Amino acid sequence: MASFSNLLQTTVGRKILTGVTGIFLILFLVAHLAGNLTLFAGDGGEAFNLYAVFLHDLGPLLWIAELGLIILFGLHAYIGIKIYLGKKKARPVDYTYYQSQGGPSKQTFASKTMLISGMVILLFVILHVLHFKYNFFMPQMMVDNPAGGQMIDLAGHVEQAFLNPWIMLAYTAVMLLIGLHLKHGVWSAFISLGAKNPKLVPVLYTVGGIVAALLAVGFLIIPVFIFFNGGLL
Amino acid sequence: MSTHDLITVHLKVWRQNGPNDRGHFEDYTLKDITTHMSFLEMLDVLNENLMKEKKTPVEFDHDCREGICGSCNLVINGIPHGPQMRTAACQLHMRHFKDNETITIEPWRAKAFPIIKDLVVDRNAFDRIMEAGGYVTMATGNAPDANAVPISKVEADSAMDYAVCIGCGACVASCPNSSASLFTGAKIAQLAKLPQGAPERKKRVIAMVEQMEKEGFGDCSNYGECEAVCPVGISISAIATMRTEYVKALF
Ligand code: HEM
Ligand code: SF4
Ligand code: FES
Repeated sequence: MASFSNLLQTTVGRKILTGVTGIFLILFLVAHLAGNLTLFAGDGGEAFNLYAVFLHDLGPLLWIAELGLIILFGLHAYIGIKIYLGKKKARPVDYTYYQSQGGPSKQTFASKTMLISGMVILLFVILHVLHFKYNFFMPQMMVDNPAGGQMIDLAGHVEQAFLNPWIMLAYTAVMLLIGLHLKHGVWSAFISLGAKNPKLVPVLYTVGGIVAALLAVGFLIIPVFIFFNGGLL
Repeated sequence: MSTHDLITVHLKVWRQNGPNDRGHFEDYTLKDITTHMSFLEMLDVLNENLMKEKKTPVEFDHDCREGICGSCNLVINGIPHGPQMRTAACQLHMRHFKDNETITIEPWRAKAFPIIKDLVVDRNAFDRIMEAGGYVTMATGNAPDANAVPISKVEADSAMDYAVCIGCGACVASCPNSSASLFTGAKIAQLAKLPQGAPERKKRVIAMVEQMEKEGFGDCSNYGECEAVCPVGISISAIATMRTEYVKALF
C-alpha cells in the first residue's frame, strides 16, 4: 500500500517530490534575491550587511534553514539523476530516427538539458558558498556597524568580486542557466503538483517562462551592474 | 486534392525476426503510389510486392483502419503515428509525403513493449495496468434508469475528453523516458470524473501507478511530447490529475 515513505518508489511519487523540492528551491531563490536587491539601496551596502547580520543572529534557526536547504538540494538532485538514469533502462534499444512532433510538445533545449543545468547549478552553489560564506577565495573585510562595533563587510566582498570581469561573466552565465532550468522547471512543477485544467496548461507554460526570466535577470543584474558601474551605488 | 498524383517513395523499414533478433533496416522503393492511399494501404502494396517476389512480408499491426482501435503502431520518420498531429497512422495519407521522399518506419521502442516481429510490439503491459484498477464495480442485469446517476455536462464532457484514449501507446513511444503516464493518467482521470468511479477511486490510482512501475515504463519529466503525438489529443493535464489523485489517496 502506498504511503509517504514510499513516495520514492513510483514515478508519480518521485515527480511530486521533484515538484515540491523545486518549488521550495524557487521560494528560496525569491527570498535570496529579495535580500540581494538591498545592495541597490544606495547606501554603499549597509542595508545588505545589516541583513547578513540579521541572518547570522538567527543562530540555530539559520542552521535549521541551512540543513533544510541541503536536504532540498540533495533530494532534488538525487531524483533528477535517478530519472535521467532510468531513461536507458526503459528504452534499452533507442530509435535510429527520432524527432519531436512540435505543437504542444515541451521538448525544448531547456527541458532536454535539465540534468546538465542542474549539475552546473549544484557545482556553482558549492563554489558560491565557499566564496561568500567561507571566504575561500578572498579575505574577509570588516566595516563599522551603525549600531556600534564592527560587522562583516559582505557588500564590499561582493563588490570586489564582481569588479573582476571573469567572476562577473561566470555568475552571469550561471544565472542564465538557472533561468534555463526554470524555463522548463516552473511549468513542470505546476504539472507535477496537479494543474488539472487543460485550458490552463499553455498559460502556465508562459507564466513559468516569465518567472524564470524575472529570477534570472534579477540575479544577474547585480554582477553586471557592479561591473559596469565600477562599484556599488 | 483533385489530381490523382502518383509518387515514388523510398522506405527504410525495421525488420526484426522475433524478440531476440537484433534487427536491421531494409530499403524498399515503391513506384506509382497514389497520394490518396492511406499509409497502411501503401504498406499493403509493399507486402503484395514482397509476396510476389516470394519474400516474407513486413509484419505490422492494424485492425480498424479508422483511428479507433489503437493497433497501428508505426514510428514514421521519427514520430509515432507520423507527421500529422491528432492522426493515427492508419488515418495518415500519402499526400503528406513528397515524391521521392525517404520514409523511415520503426516500431514503438520501450522495454515494456517488447518487439514480437518487425513493427509489431506486445502492448499487454497496458492491459495489465487496466486490470490493476481501470474498471468500475456495478450491479449488472437490467440497464439502469437513464438519469439515475446525475452527472453535470461539464464533468461528463471532461471525462469524455480522457475516455477517448485508444490505448495505442504512442505516448510511451514518443516519450524520451518511455513513460506511460499519459495513458495511465487518461484512464485514471476519466474514472475520477465520474460517480461510477468513486468507490475504487483511491485503490485504483495506487494500483495502476504501481503496475505501471512494475512493467518497466520510465519516469515522466513533463516533456509533453505524449500530448503532441496522441492521435486523440489527450491533454497532459491527465497526468496532473493522476498526481493529485495519488496524493489524495495517500490520506
Ligand atoms: C536553485 C536551485 C534549483 C531550482 C530552483 C530548481 C528547480 C526545479 C524545478 C521547479 C523543477 C521541476 C520539478 C518538476 O518537474 O516537478 C526542476 C527539475 C529538475 N531539476 Fe532542478 N532546481 C534546482 C537545482 C537543481 C540541481 C542542483 C539539480 C542537480 C541535479 C537539478 C536537477 C533537476 C532535474 C534533472 C530536473 C528534471 C527532473 C525530471 O526529469 O523530471 N536541479 N528543478
Ligand atoms: S494517451 Fe493518446 S497516445 Fe497514449 S495510449 Fe491513449 S490514445 Fe494513445
Ligand atoms: S488501425 Fe485501428 S487505430 Fe489505426
